[in-house]
Parts: sequence; C-alpha cells; structure tokens
Amino acid sequence: MAKFILNGKPMTADVESDTPLLWVIRDELDMTGTKFGCGIGTCGACTVHVGGRATRSCITPISSVEGAEITTIEGLSEKGDHPLQISWQKLQVPQCGYCQSGQIMQAAALLKDIPEPSDKDIDAVMGGNLCRCMTYVRIRSAIHEAANAIKESNDEQTA
Amino acid sequence: MLKRIVYGVCGAAIVGLGIFSIYAWHPAIDPVEPTQTDYSPHVIEQGKVLAAAGYCSTCHTPPGGTAYAGNYEMHTDFGTIYSSNITPDVETGIGSWSQAAFARAMRTGVSRDGHHLLPAFPYEHFNKMTDDDINAIYAYIMTSVPAVNQAKKDNGIPFPLNIRWFQAGWKLLFADTQPFEINSQQSAEWNRGAYLAEGIAHCGACHTPRNALGGEKYAQMYQGAAIDGWIAPSLTSTSTSPLPWRAQDFYEYLTTGNSPYHGSAAGPMAPVMHKGLSALPDSDIEAISGYFAEIAGTNNTDEPDSSSTLQAAIAAQDQQPDQRIDQGARLYATACQACHYNSDQLVKGRPLITIGSATHLNDPSNLINVILDGVRSDQGISGVVMPGFRDALNDDDITAIAAYLRQAAGENTWPKLQQKVGEIRNQPRFEH
Repeated sequence: MAKFILNGKPMTADVESDTPLLWVIRDELDMTGTKFGCGIGTCGACTVHVGGRATRSCITPISSVEGAEITTIEGLSEKGDHPLQISWQKLQVPQCGYCQSGQIMQAAALLKDIPEPSDKDIDAVMGGNLCRCMTYVRIRSAIHEAANAIKESNDEQTA
Repeated sequence: MLKRIVYGVCGAAIVGLGIFSIYAWHPAIDPVEPTQTDYSPHVIEQGKVLAAAGYCSTCHTPPGGTAYAGNYEMHTDFGTIYSSNITPDVETGIGSWSQAAFARAMRTGVSRDGHHLLPAFPYEHFNKMTDDDINAIYAYIMTSVPAVNQAKKDNGIPFPLNIRWFQAGWKLLFADTQPFEINSQQSAEWNRGAYLAEGIAHCGACHTPRNALGGEKYAQMYQGAAIDGWIAPSLTSTSTSPLPWRAQDFYEYLTTGNSPYHGSAAGPMAPVMHKGLSALPDSDIEAISGYFAEIAGTNNTDEPDSSSTLQAAIAAQDQQPDQRIDQGARLYATACQACHYNSDQLVKGRPLITIGSATHLNDPSNLINVILDGVRSDQGISGVVMPGFRDALNDDDITAIAAYLRQAAGENTWPKLQQKVGEIRNQPRFEH
C-alpha cells in the first residue's frame, strides 16, 4: 500500500511496489492529464512534480515516492490560471496537445529554479520534452512571457 | 635432536593454544529477569537519540520487518550474515541481558552467553563510548522497544570461518581496543565530533578501507572503501571531489541529505543520514562536520561559488559535442539535463553531475547505481526523487552517459566501464 500526497490530498494506492507512478495516476486515480509517451523517461510527456521538482513519472516506481508530495497538471493551479497556462493560451502554443501537460509541468519547475531564463537555459532544461508538432519556438516564447508576467506581479507586490 | 625440536614446537604450540584459550574464553553472564528499572526519562531519551545516531535499527531490522527484531541480511566477503534480535524478548532477544552483559557486548563483542560476536557488529567503535552513553542505550531498549519473539536465522558463513573462537584472534590482531581519548590540541567541539564519529556513528566502519580479513586499516582511516556495491568515498585530503568538503558542506549534507557542491546521501548513506544522524541535536552535527573538515584540511578554503573549478564546470555545459555524433551527450540532453542543468549558479536539487563527487571517484559504482535505481523520496533530499533508468536504458546507453559525464568532468576514462555497468545491474539489489 503506497501513501503519498497528490495535489494536496492524501492518497493511497494498493498496487505492486514497482508500479510506475504514471500508471497509478492515470489508471488507479483516473487523472488523465498526464500522458504516456516513450515509457523510458526520454520524452517528457509524463512529467509531474515530486517534492516540487519535475520528475518523469513513467520510470518512477510508486515505492520511491512514499510520503512525497506530488503535483500533476490538474493541481498546478486552482483555476487553470498559472502564468504558464495563461501565456500558453495567449500564444496558442499547443498543436495536437499531447505533450503539452508535460511541457508545462517542466516549464513550471524551470521557472522556480531559474526565474529569468535565457534561451540557452530554456533549451537546456526543456530539451528532454519532445514535441512531434515542433511547437518548440512557441514554447520558448510562452516561457519568456510567463517569466515576465511573474516578474511584473512580484514587482507590483513589492512596490 | 629432531625429536627435541618436534617436542619443542609442539610444546610451544600447546602452551600458545592454552594462553589463547584463556584469552579467548569469556564466561557467560547470568541471565536476569527482564527489569523495568526506574531509569529517568532523560536517560531513556538520551538512549533513544544514541540508538538512532548509531542506526542500530538499520542493521537490526529487515526490510518491512519489525524494528530491532534482527535477521537483516548482510552480504560480506565471508558469507551471508543475519543480524541478531535486540528487542527485550527473553527467549530470542536480549531480554535476559543485564546492563553488564550489554556493556560487555558493546565494548568487546562478546555475547551474554560468552560466545564471540562477528565484527559486522562494530563493537570496536562502540567501545569508544562512555559508560553513561552505553547504559542509556540499554535503558532505552529495555524500557521502550517492544519485545518481539523471532529467532535469528543461521548465518551462511562456511567452515572454518564460522568457528567463533577465531574471532578472539581477529580482535587481537585487528580491533582497536583503546578507549576514546580527548585530544587536548583540539577544541571541545572537535573532540565531541571525534567522539561521535569514531564511536556511536562508526563512520570508519564504511569509510575506512579494510584488510583481507576484514580489519579496518587504521593507518588509512576514512580514506574510502567499497560497501554494499557502492563506494563510501574518502573523507580525507585524498578525496577526489573537485570542490573541498568544508564544515558547512558536511553540515548541509548531514542535515538535508544533499550538498549542492558534492552530491546526495544515496545508497547505504541514505539511512545513515535520514534514519540515523538526523536524531542528533544540531550542535552534534556541527561538531561532526567540524571534525571531518579538520581531517580533510578544508577549514581555510575559498567560497566554492567563486571558485574557478565551479565556474569552469558550469561553462562547460555549453561546450557539448555534436549530439548526433555523441550518443552519451544526446542521451544526457534528453534523459538527464532537464533536472541537472544549472544556469549561472547552482540550485539545490539540480545536482551538477560534472562537479558531483560520484563522477570524480576512481570507481564508477556510485554513479552507475544512481542511474540504474535513482534516489527514493527517503534518500537524498527528503520528498524529492530521481527515477531509475534500469528498465529504460540498456548497458550501452548507461555506459555512454557515464562516459560522457566522466569526460565532461575532465577526468580520465573509467576502464572497463561497460563491463562494470553490467556487473552492477546484475548484483543483488541491497536494501537501504
């Protein structure tokens, strides 16, 4: 029996200890915003936050997240209004959309560590999130946009 | 003449054996009724902290088993050993042990009934402790640990190594039997750190190399050794870490499970830090940190953030070879870099692998172990995980990533790396 906190709520899952976190999220808890892509941690579609850090859930066994706090795209913001979700809509980033929840979760973790990323920083951190529709240029713009929005809101608060 | 020599040699051998027998023989200490002596709550609490700081439960509890009930499986070069039940159960634990019997076991590795304990039990370290500290642990176990009736499994140590009397010879040859001595050249804090590190925390049990018969090589104290398929790195000036381990780095590592300039407490070190030393008060962790910084000689080293070594490692992230040519660099970019890349300064939780201690060890075991099995939420930084790539990447892939990182870190290539990846993948997965 694995215990963890998902989007702020304590959860248990009665699964084998080597079950990937992604399977628990999608199949046991019916939260399908997180996607299955490659299954080997090299495409980024399954990215969630564990302890606030972007983590590939397809290769993370449930036993290794015991007691940890997990956030999925469903829990990133209360009303879908995280600065990245706003900039994503504004710049019409998605095309087919399949990789986008992973892209946004990875980008959210990026902005926490590197609040004003350069193009180089974005390329390095987002390089593990593949997009078959090649929306990379819009993803990069939307991250800059969100970074600016967060900075402006912080400046207003401190002003 | 020949007869006389034979008699002489035999005679000497018999006398020697006789003297050794007297040395090796220890009486049983009479069993006592389980006592609930009125220890003060303060003593019991002190014992609880010390039992945690010595991670007694780590080796005396099997994965998923009852605390302190024994049968934790240890793979040694001499065979498989199962730990003893140290709950206060009279039949299968230490319930009938007097305080004197417990203290003798802690100091000399002799069981209550007089038989010699194996040196997997680091009594040569616990012998450095004061009587008060040893008695406090006894008080804690006897009053606060629930008794569990569980017989100890038989050890898988082959004849003749399983003859317990030989252990007396081992002690004579290899065990440091001296009590802890205050070093008057050093501060009180240093001495406190030394007392804890050499005694209850038994750091040397993993970090000091051992000889062919398993004795610690005291002349090479803390210079690093292999343990459970991992490397316990050198804590001395022989450390291969590119940035020095200062007192504040040891402190951060021992309190948060991670030093941004070195790495995380994974593998066998994870329970040492999370289930063990974290019980000690802050001042004790500071003392241990200061002690090791003094040993490593890093007291007067520069701030790592401004060091050219770190700046070069950060800058080197941009000088990647053509990713289509270099399989390791390509895999690193897709599978690792999202979490391991740093912008102009290090962020805790984004370990820069080219500066990490594991990449600079002469043995690739620690890096390979982490790539294969990741870091659980109760290891390294609490609540944060690294996934394992055991089922995602094959030996070729992992070898390519490790070789790329080693090269990017400016170190010589690891010999037989691919073979080592295969060996570590197939070795028993140790429970930590």
